[in-house]
Amino acid sequence: MATTAMPVSGTGPGDGRSWFHRNQIAITPWLFLAPGVLFFLFYVIFPVFQSFNISLYAWDGLGEAEFVGLRNYEDLYWEFVDRDAFYTSLKNNILWLLLYLLAIPAGLLIALFLNQTVAGIRIYKSLFFFPFVISQVVVGLVFTWFYDPTFGLLNTIIGWFGLGPISVLGDERYVTYGIIAAGLWPQTAYCMILYLTGLNAVDPEQIEAGRLDGAKGWKMLWYVVIPQLKPATFIAFVVTIIGALRSFDLISIMTQGGPFGSSRVLAFYMFEVALSEYGFRMGYGAAIAVVLFLIMLCFIAYFLWSMYREERGAR
Amino acid sequence: MFPTPIEKTSRSWQLTYQTLLPIALIMWLLPLIAVAVFSIRPDADFTTGNYWGIPSSFEGIANYSRVFFESDMPRYLLNSVFITVPTVIGAVALSCMTGFALGIYKFRGNLWIFFMFVAGNFVPFQILMVPVRDLTLSMGLYNTIPGLVLFHIAFQTGFCTLFMRNFIRALPYELIEAARVEGIAEWRIFWYVVLPLMKPAIAALSVLIFTFIWNDYFWAVVLTQGVESQPVTAGITSFNAQYRAAYHLMSAGSIVAALPPVLMFFLMQRHFIAGLTLGAVK
Repeated sequence: MATTAMPVSGTGPGDGRSWFHRNQIAITPWLFLAPGVLFFLFYVIFPVFQSFNISLYAWDGLGEAEFVGLRNYEDLYWEFVDRDAFYTSLKNNILWLLLYLLAIPAGLLIALFLNQTVAGIRIYKSLFFFPFVISQVVVGLVFTWFYDPTFGLLNTIIGWFGLGPISVLGDERYVTYGIIAAGLWPQTAYCMILYLTGLNAVDPEQIEAGRLDGAKGWKMLWYVVIPQLKPATFIAFVVTIIGALRSFDLISIMTQGGPFGSSRVLAFYMFEVALSEYGFRMGYGAAIAVVLFLIMLCFIAYFLWSMYREERGAR
Repeated sequence: MFPTPIEKTSRSWQLTYQTLLPIALIMWLLPLIAVAVFSIRPDADFTTGNYWGIPSSFEGIANYSRVFFESDMPRYLLNSVFITVPTVIGAVALSCMTGFALGIYKFRGNLWIFFMFVAGNFVPFQILMVPVRDLTLSMGLYNTIPGLVLFHIAFQTGFCTLFMRNFIRALPYELIEAARVEGIAEWRIFWYVVLPLMKPAIAALSVLIFTFIWNDYFWAVVLTQGVESQPVTAGITSFNAQYRAAYHLMSAGSIVAALPPVLMFFLMQRHFIAGLTLGAVK
């Protein structure tokens, strides 16, 4: 390093030097943290608490907010305001959470398939990863057309087998599954890339040792490879859960929550309530957001706990 | 290596694998290929119902030039650039500093501040929506690009701090100690010792944040509403409303909207993947 040492005035620590110089190591981190922390507090941390507060009011976003206590939550619980909206959303959220996890084994499968060294494999890997880079808005549009009952590729293909056209997004029975399938496409790509990186780092000696012991195929995968992929699996799990609970873009683009609100999730329902064309119900929306937040909080707590254990182990 | 390297297997499996690869890829990208084919079809194909046959003529140039010259698309793209680039710079700059503070110094509350960033990063957007929209309104920044940028910087600082702090942690601590023995001021250690070593992390984060922000849709619809400030993800819906049922133009528009992050990915692939998979390997 070509930097020259700062001229140090005085002889011992303390004499003749400013207060700042003496306490440099204690003060510097706070100076470096200040802008980032303040920004984050004002835009992320405080709003979480403000939302809790707003959820206790009836408020249209413009006029006076009226304190109503827990009435917004009662309305949600008994569905006084929108029939069948809250529990449908909640049910769909659970579906999203469970089915989205399929991205993890699917990603592992594709990663195993692609973990070879043939010519051009790098291009294949990046093209398989490609869907993750595209915005969810475009993924939504692409799949809307893919599912279209009159000209969509899906119905063209199943038409070859003599199956009638199905309107995936127009049918209450299929709509949520259809959207989840669209979401799984980029998510699987993400899990795949995590596992490809993980597979790269798998210890070849252990694989050889396993081979000598006669482990093959599934047994090798289950007992030797997957345990070594644990860090990749943890990250895949975190990003998939977060992704599932953040599902908004696809629903907004593909169905607007329809038909008859059957594909809503909490994230979309909240947006619809708070900023709909039929007047803003900020307090009610905030109450939905709080419910969603509390669901997420279980996972956040788990993630932080795992990270905390690791930090303790590290130092 | 697992699974067994292909060159150590039977000839027939090698050939099967080589044929399976392109087939699997085409199936994987089928919805996208369909859109790409749509985008070069002439208008007439859609009225005559020729959706999946051979295009009756190649109209790619005409379709894409209509997207660029007869719609608001260039404006939306420009807005996206003006939103994305300052956000990348801001979030990376802030997180270099927070990451340095949290990664190098031991002080009370270090881990708690770190966890605040991590937890905030996982929060659902909806719980921030009403207060952030209010805050932006009260600052007079609603429906402006700076309003969106400020929020994005703040929110992305959470993820970036997580990333930077872990990266700095992995740097050899002896370097900092050696610099301190030399009597170098702390901010100079940051600037001349740590920052040069963070270049790969900065590159990786910049590409990642670029993609995240370019693809953001939720905040674009919450904080902006007109052609003067909306990014391309939100603009594409107005574009589609304008060209309803003109599938060749909507397809071309979607491809244009999706292209910048795709280019970014292919140009900076190594950094991109290094960023995404940080922590996937011990």
